[in-house]
Amino acid sequence: MPSALPDGEAVPSDGALPDTALTSVGAHGFGVYVHVPFCASRCGYCDFNTYTATELPGVDRSSYPDLVVAELALAARVLGGTAPPVRTVFFGGGTPTLLPPDDLARILDGIADTFGLEPDAEVTTEANPESVSPASLRALRRAGFTRISLGMQSAVGHVLALLDRKHTPGRATVAAAEAAEAGFDHVNLDLIYGTPGESADDWAASLDTVLGSVAAGAADHVSAYSLIVEDGTRLAGRIRRGELPMPSDDTAADRYLAAEERLTAAGLSWYEVSNWAADEAARCRHNLLYWSGGDWWGLGPGAHSHVGGVRWWNVKHPSRYAERLATGSPGAGREILTADERHTEDVLLRTRLSSGLPLDVLDDAGRASADRAVLAGLLDPTAVAAGRAVLTLRGRLLADAVVRDLLG
Amino acid sequence: MPAQLDPGATDPQRIRNFCIIAHIDHGKSTLADRMLQLTGVVEERQMRAQYLDRMDIERERGITIKSQAVRLPWTVREGDLAGESYVLNMIDTPGHVDFSYEVSRSLAACEGAILLVDAAQGIEAQTLANLYLALENDLHIIPVLNKIDLPAAQPDKYAEELAHLIGGKPEECLRVSGKTGSGVAELLDEIVRQFQPPSGDPAAPPRALIFDSVYDIYRGVVTYVRMMDGRIEARDRLTMMSTGATHELLELGVISPEPTKSPALGVGEVGYLITGVKDVRQSKVGDTVTALHRPADEPLGGYSDPKPMVYSGLYPIDGSDYPDLRDALDKLKLNDAALVYEPETSAALGFGFRCGFLGLLHLEIIRERLEREFNLDLISTAPNVVYRVELEDNTEHVVTNPSEYPTGKVASVYEPVVRATVLTPNDFVGAVMEICQSRRGKLLGMDYLSADRVELRYTLPLAEIIFDFFDQLKSRTRGYASLDYEPSGEQAADLVKVDILLHGEPVDAFSAIVHKDKAYAYGVQLTTKLRKLIPRQQFEVPIQAAIGTKIIARENIRAMRKDVLAKCYGGDITRKRKLLEKQKEGKKRMKMVGRVEVPQEAFIAALSTSDAPEQPKK
Repeated sequence: MPSALPDGEAVPSDGALPDTALTSVGAHGFGVYVHVPFCASRCGYCDFNTYTATELPGVDRSSYPDLVVAELALAARVLGGTAPPVRTVFFGGGTPTLLPPDDLARILDGIADTFGLEPDAEVTTEANPESVSPASLRALRRAGFTRISLGMQSAVGHVLALLDRKHTPGRATVAAAEAAEAGFDHVNLDLIYGTPGESADDWAASLDTVLGSVAAGAADHVSAYSLIVEDGTRLAGRIRRGELPMPSDDTAADRYLAAEERLTAAGLSWYEVSNWAADEAARCRHNLLYWSGGDWWGLGPGAHSHVGGVRWWNVKHPSRYAERLATGSPGAGREILTADERHTEDVLLRTRLSSGLPLDVLDDAGRASADRAVLAGLLDPTAVAAGRAVLTLRGRLLADAVVRDLLG
Repeated sequence: MPAQLDPGATDPQRIRNFCIIAHIDHGKSTLADRMLQLTGVVEERQMRAQYLDRMDIERERGITIKSQAVRLPWTVREGDLAGESYVLNMIDTPGHVDFSYEVSRSLAACEGAILLVDAAQGIEAQTLANLYLALENDLHIIPVLNKIDLPAAQPDKYAEELAHLIGGKPEECLRVSGKTGSGVAELLDEIVRQFQPPSGDPAAPPRALIFDSVYDIYRGVVTYVRMMDGRIEARDRLTMMSTGATHELLELGVISPEPTKSPALGVGEVGYLITGVKDVRQSKVGDTVTALHRPADEPLGGYSDPKPMVYSGLYPIDGSDYPDLRDALDKLKLNDAALVYEPETSAALGFGFRCGFLGLLHLEIIRERLEREFNLDLISTAPNVVYRVELEDNTEHVVTNPSEYPTGKVASVYEPVVRATVLTPNDFVGAVMEICQSRRGKLLGMDYLSADRVELRYTLPLAEIIFDFFDQLKSRTRGYASLDYEPSGEQAADLVKVDILLHGEPVDAFSAIVHKDKAYAYGVQLTTKLRKLIPRQQFEVPIQAAIGTKIIARENIRAMRKDVLAKCYGGDITRKRKLLEKQKEGKKRMKMVGRVEVPQEAFIAALSTSDAPEQPKK
């Protein structure tokens, strides 16, 4: 079951944004997110907006690119030429690679035609290891994709089985090698830790597999997320019924420390709480745009957008999305952020980055909290002395608490 | 009604003053309702159930908190007095041990008492205690079995029991049903026949016994009196003999069953006075009222000031409700001479009041009224008794709050004790003895009331009774045992103060004075409970129980190691910000104990007597 959308005010039927939001679009970069709401099967832990049916009323996979291109036209009308060329594009899902490479290419071309792409634009697609082949990867690369993010999750069979993942344990790193072979600039492997039944050794095995791929020059980026048991998922039901143990926070903390230790030893370094990269060029620029107050347009059902302090989100169901798009904006709700809310987001997002948060954005109480966090071993003393709040390793595990304290 | 029965002009020979002694739910109010109907003072169509119980709480709990006095005209129906008219004053008495002083004053206003017992349940300990009180006051007793219409009624068995208790024959026991009205007219006839008319000197200076005092928002304090000597006229000025204070008399009258003005109250009569005072403390139960210009020399005996036996701290859950709590207590105090309170500050709970009560029921009633009538959400600390602590430097300290226990070298500690009576079916004697012994009880005696019912008498520390004793007693005897107790002085005991420390900081709300042998159990119980209730912090938090500097129990809350949401995509930002805002709101409701954030709910749960649930996982 897809998670619920936030509460917000209604989006005008033409999707129009307040003038104030359009004064400096892309000052911190401009990106495009494309949501592809299809999967071959649904995983038990997943609460993303995705559908396994090949045809939904008014939408099928083959006509989906037309819908996205139609929303692009709406975006062009709403932004009215205020947007600069696109710096980053990210195809997420769902499973974008369930669509043929030509369809993905058509959407990417549409984006380029509408806004233009920066010469060194980062264009990423997510992919399931089993949904790509050397041929499809080459086709994507030819179409202009520069980066691929593979949903590996684990290298251990019983963990993959519990997560309902369909690929075999070895498939992800093979896919990474194929992507490198096809000429992708950057390859990410996505991991999940803290799955019920996953042992410390299982996790170490997954990390070792990933690091083998890094050492082989295939992957240059690793994301590691603790499993979040979202309400309404099949996994949550199994835990509620006592069929599976609830993953504990202590275990998650142990796994995180193990990840940090091994990934760092292999030459990767963290740049966000859950993300490690081989070097600065390997960092995901699209995600950094999210975390640094950048603007982006999210295309597709359930996609979120942010432009000039306005966040909005589209209706979730593809059929309803198609219906709404035919007459205007598919926006389901939006919020016009107050100065306070923008400040809160700024602190909560930038504190998670290795580049940290400049202390001068904080009030006196917040700066005093930063000093206390140094004493508690949560913020790096040298960085704080130099005017930035940067989390220590322990601080990364308690980042939400640090953010609450910094905000007072 | 003949003129000779008018208020102020009634011949004492035509008056009968009586009360009904009964256990909760043995049907006293229903019987009173029938009497109101049969004597014609309330018409059928005006009748509502439990007419005399005015407070919602009284009707809901089926108990009478404040007493009332109703004047009932009655013309005898049968026997040699048939056709003769009388005035019956029914004085309703509070039915609970906490209010035994009020009961004793109500009894002092009567010549006779109806001992009303449920024919399906037999006599209960509180009824027995009040019966003994009535016998001590030389009241004539008419034993009455009620609810004889019930299929489970065993009137023969319980008639035997009552006869055994008060002396007399089982067949002298009347049998009525308050519900159907059966036997009620006969009972009214017997009241006239068996109870003595009031004695007292009609020519002496007036002496009126105050047996109740009620605050009414429109009229001020309404004082209920029984004229023991002389008469009070509507134009008199009155003197309260305990204080010497004088008051203008604004109104006097009788209740029948609504207040009715009268020109005077004569000897033996029962009625009400209104003097315009606004606080029941100016018109105290047990005090003697006389006339300013014809003053009596001596007050009636038996007056004493209400003395709180149990203390508890009451705190608003929302600190900003503190002024409302103060106003509410000020209002309740107008109607409750026994309620005492003073402001108190707790490091853990903020601003509140330390309140003194007559007993646990009194505490519960006040708390419930504060929450219900004044819409307040409250935390109350564990109730405690009053201790007297003598230090080696010869100073003495009266401790009403464990956190104020003196720190010097203690020579001896005294705690209040009670004389408790437990009535139980003999199957449960062992269980009752076990409970009493585990609570430091000393057996005083044991008697069989009937073949299968036993009366056990114990001396027990009051402190042991106020902590879930009654619940234990009920659960171990499948609800059959009943309990009564009365204060019985104090005793020296081996008591210690146990502090609970959170990360090294004592939490005042959890300090308790307990017997040395139970200190460890208390320490373990509370530290275990708190470990489950307090969420993990960024650092390890020891929870310790200590006597002075000696640690007797310890638990640890391990440091929280992870407090971060791993993923934060573009679409998660709004959700994450809202979650953060919610967490910040939650943080505001946390109480800080030193560096430890303790949720309000943890205090509430730890102070409740039931077991705390496990802290739900996040």
